[in-house]
Parts: sequence; structure tokens; C-alpha cells
Amino acid sequence: MSFLNLFRIALKALQRNKLRAFLTMLGIIIGVASVIAMVAIGQGSKQSIQKQLSGMGSNMIIIRPNSNVSAGARLDATNVQTLTMDDVKALQREAPHLAAVTPVMTAKGQAINGNNNWSTTITGVNTQYLDIIRQWPLQDGVEFSDRDVQGAAKVCLLGQTVITNLFPNGDNPIGKYIRFGKVPLLVVGTLTPKGESAFGQDQDDVILAPYTTVQERILSTIYLQNIYASAVDEASTTAASNEVSQIMRASHRLKPTDDDDFAVRTMQELINTFSSTSQLLTVLLAVISGISLLVGGIGIMNIMYVSVTERTKEIGLRMSIGARGVDILLQFLTEAVLISITGGIIGVILGITSAHLVTYFLSWPTLVTESSIVLSFLVCFITGVFFGYYPAQAASRLDPIEALRYE
Amino acid sequence: MSNNKILELRDIRREFRMGSEIVRALKGVSFDVEAGEFLTIMGSSGSGKTTLLNTLGCLDKPTEGTYLLDGVDVRKLGRNELARLRNLKIGFVFQAYNLLPRTSALENVELPLLYNSKISARQRRERAIQSLQAVNLGDRLDHMPNQLSGGQQQRVAIARALVNEPVMILADEATGNLDSRTSFSIMALLQDLNAQGKTIVFVTHEPDIASFSSRTVMLRDGKVVKDSLNENKRSAKEVLASLPVSEDY
Repeated sequence: MSFLNLFRIALKALQRNKLRAFLTMLGIIIGVASVIAMVAIGQGSKQSIQKQLSGMGSNMIIIRPNSNVSAGARLDATNVQTLTMDDVKALQREAPHLAAVTPVMTAKGQAINGNNNWSTTITGVNTQYLDIIRQWPLQDGVEFSDRDVQGAAKVCLLGQTVITNLFPNGDNPIGKYIRFGKVPLLVVGTLTPKGESAFGQDQDDVILAPYTTVQERILSTIYLQNIYASAVDEASTTAASNEVSQIMRASHRLKPTDDDDFAVRTMQELINTFSSTSQLLTVLLAVISGISLLVGGIGIMNIMYVSVTERTKEIGLRMSIGARGVDILLQFLTEAVLISITGGIIGVILGITSAHLVTYFLSWPTLVTESSIVLSFLVCFITGVFFGYYPAQAASRLDPIEALRYE
Repeated sequence: MSNNKILELRDIRREFRMGSEIVRALKGVSFDVEAGEFLTIMGSSGSGKTTLLNTLGCLDKPTEGTYLLDGVDVRKLGRNELARLRNLKIGFVFQAYNLLPRTSALENVELPLLYNSKISARQRRERAIQSLQAVNLGDRLDHMPNQLSGGQQQRVAIARALVNEPVMILADEATGNLDSRTSFSIMALLQDLNAQGKTIVFVTHEPDIASFSSRTVMLRDGKVVKDSLNENKRSAKEVLASLPVSEDY
């Protein structure tokens, strides 16, 4: 029998029992719709985390001092002072995959403006930090210059949170002097709001100053706390981080047997960690929805068994006019697959719609991926075949004589 | 009458095992049917009538004996080959019509052709229409079975039996569910088809119906007890005409 005829017969049979076909389909519809919607929510949150992390500079490379061994004892990494300006210069000179390198010096302390004060962090960087590494534009004013960096000038840029707390009555902070601890600093510019980081940190609660200012006037140290660098593009992040390791080892004159006395972290690793977490979430959601698809499949099996019993006489008739066992098998199988596929189509549409509704009403990020559609479709087809097969086989094995006499 | 033998039954035996007992439904049945015959198989219940019908219809195979349908030895065939034989050579007419519900007369008639892959959709439709016209239902193509009277439903079933141009129409108590007037009209239709050369085998227990056929085979206890030609075959049309006219037909 041709496929077209099979399809026609199956469609006719389903049309004879529209309500029942629809109710059976409903199991599949709900299953597929929830798979699509849940995966969309999972993928959406994954994408939004990725976006946030990229906003921090996805090609950023962070170099920190690492614990090293002193007289047999491993030292706490925070006390280790191994990074120097020589390292920065070596990196600037020798690493072709790096677009920018900056020392990063941070100090916690009290910022004061007249009667207002605020406990915050001052971060000392060079002129490449904002433009290249963080891609963080100014809201107003000017950045400090290379000359400011060389001269450890007492200038700073304020983040929005600091501005709100030090200038509560809305004064323009540019041109004003604030104090950080005992050091007076001239505000030369303000930063655009950046919001919370992926970790819930307030990125706007910051004062930026030349690293020399922080190093010499606040911390009084010759060592660097961190070095931030930026790869030329996201793709070359790994190459750049390898390069950094080599240059740093050479700069620190480490023997091949020595452990690194620094640690290189890329945002890529962080992104991967977060992505795998939300990937897990997606898989979990998909599995839960997959179970509802399974229940839908069992619904198909149940109704197909009922249908076979109910239509025993029809099966007998079909056999008596020349249907072979395989014709009957294919007929019922086609019916089952038709139910599951139609349910799948409706489910996909419903799933996409509900994903959009979730975004619209709850403003959760959602992302409907093609693969989730293709996959749930495939699962539908397999469900139809798998759960339709046994009832169809039972039908095909009926004895035509008994089937014809069945009442 | 030509010597073209459609059916040849030689010493057909059929045994069923019911637990430890063996039931012999047919105990050696032999007869031939030639093309163009209108044969009735008669017998009371338990005579082996149904078993014989199943055997003739290739739904069942004899335990022993030879059954040739249009020259094909049925006993040697497998399940699928039997199905094919039924599709090409036999047209069934059942007591309960066995039409598919909520399916138009035309689609019901098309059904046997769906299982014959050599026939295109257009041919299928054309032949189904011709077939329905042959049973005078050319104006009821799109009617559902529940919109048709019992007699009309049985005529759709006859059209379905005719549509694949079988060598034999096998009717099983085809008038059993019908009132006598409608029964006669169905018999008249079958007589017409017979006159056009169709071989008809009609299984019944009503002697009244048997009188419309050209030959009667009487079964009792799994054996043929009488096989005779009907000398004074009645015309169903004439009987129908002689009945008083009633409103319900």
C-alpha cells in the first residue's frame, strides 16, 4: 500500500473520532510545549549570563600572584608580592595577542566629601583600562591622562553609586575635590552606570584613579596586586593567556621545574563555568518536560489499544477485502504517528508562544533554539512509533474470522 | 454454461482442536462451481456452513483436501498471499453489511482498491462510481452509512464486493438483516449481476432465498447431503412485483 493511501486511511480514522484524537494529542501537545518553553527559559538565562560576562570583557585576562613556596612552606596567595611593573612592561613589549595591559591596585577605604562619606573601593589602573579592557565609556568629564599616571596625579573618576552617596543633593561632582582616606582627589570625570555584575556585585561602587596614585599615595608599595590584560579578540583569548604565562615565567626567571608564582585567569573559564551551570538547568528542565512527553506517549498507547479493540470488526473487514497484516500494522502505526506529529506541531507553536509570553509578562529572558524544536519533533515521531507499535502489532495479528464475528 | 471452473473442492476436511477434543467441522466436502453459476449453500447451524464459507473466502485453510480458487491451490499459500487472493478474486457481502461508519458510500466502495497498489486514485474513484451505479446508488455517493436504509447499505456492500472485479461474490446471509421486500430486491440485484456473468455463492439457511439461485448445495454435519440444480428458479423481480405496494420502500 502506498504511503499516501496509508496517510489517507489514518487521517479518515482520526477524523471519525476528532475529540478523542485531540485529547490524546493533548498529552503530546503539553509535553512538547513544556519542553520547548522550558528549554527556551534555560537557554535564555544561559544567554543572558553569557552576555553579562561578556559585558565584563570576555577577552579579559586576569593575572594574580600565586602562592609560592618559601623555605618549604606554601604561602597564602594574598600576601605574595610577585607582580611588578617589569612584568607589565614585558607583557606590553612581548605579547602580540594582547591589546592592552594594565596594573590593577585596589584599596578599600572611606571616601569623603564634606559631610558625606562612603565606604568604597578605589581601583588604580592605567589609561587603557576603561577603553580597551572594560569598554566602559565615561558619562561626563575626561579620563585621566598618561601624564597623570606618570606623575601619580591626585585625580579620579567616580562610579554612579559613589556619586549618589557623596553628592546626595545632585551637585555635579566634576571639578570638586573629594578625599579618599587622607588623600585629596580631584574628580575629573564620571562613569556611566554599569549595574550589577553576574555575581551581584555593584560595579558602580568604585573610584578609578591612576594606579601610581593608589600604589604610591594610598598603599605605599612597589608591588602590583593584579595585572589585567585584554586579548585582541575573544577567539585569541586562550593563545593570549598561554603567551602571558610564558612571558611571566621568563620575566620571573622561573626554572622549568618551578611552579608558576602567578595565576592566569580568563573570563572564558568563568563563562564556561556559568554556562555549564545553566546548561545543567536546561537539561534538568528538559528532562522534567520529557517525562510529560513520555506520559503523553503512554496516552497514545492506551488510546490505540482501545481503538484496536473497538475497531476489531473494521480490522476483520479490511483483512477480508485483502489487507495484509502489515497493512493493518502500518495503518495503526500511521495513526499513532499522525497523532504524535500533529501534537508535536501544535506543541511547538504553543511552546514558542508561551516562551514569548514568559518574556513579555515576567520579563525572563527566553531563547527558542532550533535544536530544541528539531529534537522535540524527533522525540514525538519516536514516541508515536514506539507507543503505537504494540497496539498496531496486536491489530495486525488478529484472526480475520474472529475479528469479523467480533461484537 | 462454460466449463470454466472457478471453485474446485476435493474432500475438504477441517478440524478444530477444542481443548482435548477434536471437532470435525467439515468431513470431506467436494463440489465444483463453474463460472456464471449462482450457488446457494444451505444448512442449519452446526452443519459446517460457516467453516465452509471461511474456507471458500480464503479466510481459513482446510486441514486436508484440495481447494482450487480460479486454479490456485489455496492450501499452499501463506497469510499475505491469502490476503492478496481475497483482494483480487473474492468479493465479500456480509449479513451486517460491515461498512465503515462515518465514511461515505464512495469511500467504502473504494476500500478494496486501496489495498491494490496497481490502481491509481483516479481509477479507484472511477471504478467505485461505476460499481455504485451498477447497484443503482449512483445518486448516493456521498451518503454516510447512517443516512442509508438497510437495503441501501447492503447494496453499498455489494458495490464494494464488485469493485475489484472478483471471480466470485461470496455472500454470507446477505439478506439476514433485511425485511422480505428488501431481501427480494437484493436478490433481484444479485440475479441481475449473475445474469451479467458474475459467479455468486450465497450462504443462507432460508430455503426461500435458495429458490432464487440456480443450484443448491445442502450441508449437514460437515457433509454435502444434497447438490441439485434448481429446475424452477424464481425471478426475484417478479416476486417483488407481485408483492403489494407498501409505503416504506
